[in-house]
Amino acid sequence: MSFVWTLAEQHEGRLKAVSYELLGRGRALADKLDTKLASLLIGDGVSDEQLQTLVHHGADEVYAIQDPRLASFTCETYSNVLVHLIKTYRPSVILAAATSTGRTLMPHVAVRSHAGLTADCTELDIEPGTGHLLQTRPAIGGNIMATIKTPDHRPQMATVRPKSSRPLPADPTRAGRVIEVPLDLVLVDERVQARGYRGDAVDFVNLEEADVVIAGGRGMKKAEHFALLQGLAKALGGAVGATRDAVDRGWIGYPHQVGLSGKTISPRLYVGAGISGAIQHLAGIKTSETIVSINSDPDASLHQVADFGIVGDLFQVLNELQRRLDERRRGGEEDRA
Amino acid sequence: MHIIVPIKQVPETSNVKMDPVTGTMIRAGVGTVVNPLDLFAIETAVRLKEAHGGRITTLTMGPRGADKALREAMAMGCDDGVLISDRAFAGSDSWATSYTLSQAIRKLGDFDLIVAGERATDGDTGQVGPGIAAWLDLPLATYVAAITRVEPARGLTVERLVEEGYQVVDLPFPALITVVKEVAAPRLPTLRGKKRAKAAEIPLFTAADLDLEPSYLGLKGSPTKVVKVATPKVTRGGTLVRALDEDAVADAVDQLLAFLDARDLLPTGGRA
Ligand SMILES: Cc1cc2nc3c(=O)[nH]c(=O)nc-3n(C[C@H](O)[C@H](O)[C@H](O)COP(=O)(O)OP(=O)(O)OC[C@H]3O[C@@H](n4cnc5c(N)ncnc54)[C@H](O)[C@@H]3O)c2cc1C
Ligand SMILES: Cc1cc2nc3c(=O)[nH]c(=O)nc-3n(C[C@H](O)[C@H](O)[C@H](O)COP(=O)(O)OP(=O)(O)OC[C@H]3O[C@@H](n4cnc5c(N)ncnc54)[C@H](O)[C@@H]3O)c2cc1C
Repeated sequence: MSFVWTLAEQHEGRLKAVSYELLGRGRALADKLDTKLASLLIGDGVSDEQLQTLVHHGADEVYAIQDPRLASFTCETYSNVLVHLIKTYRPSVILAAATSTGRTLMPHVAVRSHAGLTADCTELDIEPGTGHLLQTRPAIGGNIMATIKTPDHRPQMATVRPKSSRPLPADPTRAGRVIEVPLDLVLVDERVQARGYRGDAVDFVNLEEADVVIAGGRGMKKAEHFALLQGLAKALGGAVGATRDAVDRGWIGYPHQVGLSGKTISPRLYVGAGISGAIQHLAGIKTSETIVSINSDPDASLHQVADFGIVGDLFQVLNELQRRLDERRRGGEEDRA
Repeated sequence: MHIIVPIKQVPETSNVKMDPVTGTMIRAGVGTVVNPLDLFAIETAVRLKEAHGGRITTLTMGPRGADKALREAMAMGCDDGVLISDRAFAGSDSWATSYTLSQAIRKLGDFDLIVAGERATDGDTGQVGPGIAAWLDLPLATYVAAITRVEPARGLTVERLVEEGYQVVDLPFPALITVVKEVAAPRLPTLRGKKRAKAAEIPLFTAADLDLEPSYLGLKGSPTKVVKVATPKVTRGGTLVRALDEDAVADAVDQLLAFLDARDLLPTGGRA
């Protein structure tokens, strides 16, 4: 029986949320194929307790390959490990997150395993009758959705856009096995050395994993005004994004840029203030669950793709919104007191 | 130093408008350009050459007319261009594309570094760079935002922009990196560069010129098959509220909060 595999990701010994999203996807596929779902973790320092949570979120088996030499992602060694496991166990489907790690590792492994790989999928299904994986992904800047099949090669591999689905609720009574797989040292490739992170990694924005993104464009007018967005992001539990124009003006750093030459995001809520909605910006936000636009121009393109748009001055609207959210929070605190 | 820059010719999308009725891309009059994200790769290579000497070869797999893209790269400072073109390559997915490009790169002989773009704006997989590294067994760093150290003939240190910050990585030469916008702002082609590029001889590699496994090529050699293409709806049919004076602003924010609340998007523990 060929399993469905999902790749769990960790950073400094902590599992990333996307690991659970993938299990939700994988569970649905494994059930349709009447097979088992396994979660693979390549890394270091993830506790047994955390590994059990992968079972709670849908895995039948968890393979953990942990070693200090796997603590940081380097493509060569991770690829050796995964290629070796594929040869040994022959899974039918492998899903990884479309993160910097998944989007590097999976194409490397796909080449070496002679497998097809579909990038950055937002929908996955099983074709009735054939059992092939149907992989749907946005392409050409999100202007089309392509459905892709890999009929003659196994495993069928896909990267999945983070935040494009929700994890299953945790079920602590679910049964499943955690299997520690030792790292075979012949698989270690030391040509590339990870030296840790640059000093400014504290408080780094992880836009791709944020549930809420409050983004600002040229209409914000100056760098200082981004504090308005920071405040709202804090109140709504999110991160701050920006258009290329805002980044190129030096109002905020490149890691915040959303769009064709920046990040692709899929948050539950995207709010764009003073953003016209150019096609290159839309490419990065189209699969957001809810889009809110605040722009004084009623004809702004972002209004057209928004679920909720406010035609008005962004400064007035953002200040009022912040005031009301602060009020709500205080109200909540009083309720509890 | 010999640096290789694979580039892709893509449809010009910066002026693309969507047809609001049919929801399709208005393609009429849309030309082709060098993949905008490849300009950062070209600029990276040109700066390395300026600092350390050597030469840059740019190559593309595409239709015969794709020499136009190579000439644009040469006008920015690449020394040579190679066009890889054959009907047998048509319909290649990222697996087959990276295979064919790798075989062409083998034919070019020794090199120190391959600099690829992060993604092409049409196919948009970002898989070709890592794929080439796998075929050629080259040390790989993706999402490179800065090159902080270069020791010719030895190796380089780069900073990768990843979810948690900038990861610092050492690689030995020969290596492959893919770069993001932050790495370097692309220069404009010079007039002299344009003239040289226009006159340049661009060698053509066809399938017959390369050592290729026929079953790895083109549509037939591609594991992935596109079975359906759909156009997602452009508009979400959302609400548009006008808030042109103070009262209207308060009212609009009221409506927005109610809307967010209904979608369970507000932090819990408060009341509107
Ligand atoms: C190859 C390529 C790649 C690109 N990549 C990206 C990318 O990754 N990300 C990206 O964002 N762009 C990208 N762009 C740029 C893109 O085409 C647009 O130029 C850019 O998105 C516009 O940014 P903006 O919306 O901030 O500015 P503008 O288009 O100038 O819009 C500003 C908006 O603010 C509104 N406004 C002004 N004042 C107020 C106010 N007081 N209250 C309310 N509204 C106000 C205006 O009505 C206007 O709609 C790319 C372009 C190219 C060619
Ligand atoms: C709608 C659609 C969806 C697709 N989905 C998939 C998919 O999920 N999986 C898949 O394997 N294929 C897919 N393809 C096929 C894919 O577009 C082609 O394989 C294409 O040749 C390369 O992929 P890319 O545009 O994604 O390039 P990317 O991998 O995004 O390009 C990255 C870098 O590689 C270099 N590069 C890429 N192509 C060339 C080239 N021809 N010549 C020289 N250098 C190059 C450039 O430096 C570029 O910046 C899809 C095609 C379409 C039209």
